[in-house]
Amino acid sequence: MAMIDLYKLTKRFGTQSAVESFSLIVERGEVFGLLGPNGAGKSTLIKMLTTLLPSSGGRATIAGYDIGRQPREVQRRIGYVPQALSVDGTLTGYENLLILAKLYGVPRRQRLDRIHAVLNYVGLDSVANRLVNTYSGGMIRRLEVAQATLHHPPVLFLDEPTVGLDPVARKTMWDLILQLRHDYQTTVFLTTHFMEEAEVLCDRIAMLYDGQQVAMGTVAALKATVPHPEATMDDVFIHYTRNPLTIDHQGSYRDTSTTRRTAQRLG
Amino acid sequence: MTRQPRAAPLNGWASRGRITAPIEEFIVKALVAAELEIRKLRHDPIQLFTRAVQPVLWLTIFGQVFTQVRGIPTGNLSYIDFMTPGILAQSVLFMSIFTGLVVIWEKDLGILHKLMVSPAPKSALVLGKAIGAGVRSLSQLVIIYIVAVLMGVELNWNPLAVLGVVTVVMLGAMLFSTFSLIVACWAQTHERVMGVGQLMMMPLFFASNAIYPIQVMPKWLQVVSQLNPLTYMVDALRNLMLVEPAGTYSLGMSLGILGAVAAGLIALCGHLYPRLVR
Repeated sequence: MAMIDLYKLTKRFGTQSAVESFSLIVERGEVFGLLGPNGAGKSTLIKMLTTLLPSSGGRATIAGYDIGRQPREVQRRIGYVPQALSVDGTLTGYENLLILAKLYGVPRRQRLDRIHAVLNYVGLDSVANRLVNTYSGGMIRRLEVAQATLHHPPVLFLDEPTVGLDPVARKTMWDLILQLRHDYQTTVFLTTHFMEEAEVLCDRIAMLYDGQQVAMGTVAALKATVPHPEATMDDVFIHYTRNPLTIDHQGSYRDTSTTRRTAQRLG
Repeated sequence: MTRQPRAAPLNGWASRGRITAPIEEFIVKALVAAELEIRKLRHDPIQLFTRAVQPVLWLTIFGQVFTQVRGIPTGNLSYIDFMTPGILAQSVLFMSIFTGLVVIWEKDLGILHKLMVSPAPKSALVLGKAIGAGVRSLSQLVIIYIVAVLMGVELNWNPLAVLGVVTVVMLGAMLFSTFSLIVACWAQTHERVMGVGQLMMMPLFFASNAIYPIQVMPKWLQVVSQLNPLTYMVDALRNLMLVEPAGTYSLGMSLGILGAVAAGLIALCGHLYPRLVR
């Protein structure tokens, strides 16, 4: 079953187009990566799919529900880890999960078991009652994954899940993502700037450039399209997103500051 | 984690089918959002008492001096009795009018995104935040009652009257905090929310009956203060807090106006709230 089905999905701000006619089908249990330079439209696309931003055209269904017409049904079936921090540092890990469980309407008698199961899953049960502002960056990211999967969503959206993490914490996150797919056939849609991450995690990858889908396929297929015998994913990325006129002019002040802030908090 | 059988209704949220279900959901979700605020407060209660300095100064210094001067006609009521409900309303206003700053902070952090992708009605999230602001304001009520007793203000201790005061303080805080949230939806930055808060704070306070009766104002200001919700908050408090009820309007009318304005603002803010995360 297609868990993410997009057809010519478009977002315009005034006359400027942020995402143009994006079409895609992601199957159940697939890990899909979205790559592109800053300002290419990755966050705009993820915001549309998570119902935060209305689209300007095209159509999109998540787990069979239309993002525009049935946002509540979509929200019940997705988990979302935004790029910025989404856990409250002034609460304990347990409290963060408790509030979310209640907001998602997890029935009272299942609530405690669910929270402990998910804390156990991400390896945070021993620190559940500590305030989150005493957690390390890797622990915070894992708590965010716990939070996003508490209601057992079939689709998980991760916006740059490992930005600001050290290599060990990054590897732990990768294992966790793959584990989720293995155990629950969770469909994962993620954005990243790390080519290695895309290679390790993603079954398929789409490249977004200036709001347009410029390439899509498996890592091997994408590498084969580059006229270079031993092409790496870096080469693929540069091949598809290089434009001498616009290079290094991508990404707004706001994007840059959000990324830096997140990296600083987690680091 | 146990896997959900695919055919089972998703986590027990399958629509309950009752007509009242949406209302029930709205109330439950608003209370959860309020619980979030109260839990945060519980981890950091000190902030409540740092806010107490200003109203205490108003009552002890301004209040005592003007009681001596007898420059403001307050009828049979001593000036300190007259102004105590006004200062309570003022401190609730000053505390609530910056609620928007918190939500901008949460937006920048990302916490707001997580709440906004949850299947909770946005206006329930707003109502929860407003209730949180109301609970926060109750600390001011406690402090002002203590100071008022020490200063010999004749307070009405009838439990129903005290409950009425709590209700008015909650309603007032909800109203002004939601106003601040609306400003935040529109302004999007700390600086602007702060600026609008500062800009509104003093006019709302001075163009009200908080520290002098409306009758002594010039005609145009009387009109402005009759449009100012703070006037009705102060008036309701004057009816409820003092042994000799000293309000100008009926309690029902003041409560009705406060409730209606607060409900209208919450509905409007629920509509605007998604703008914060776009």
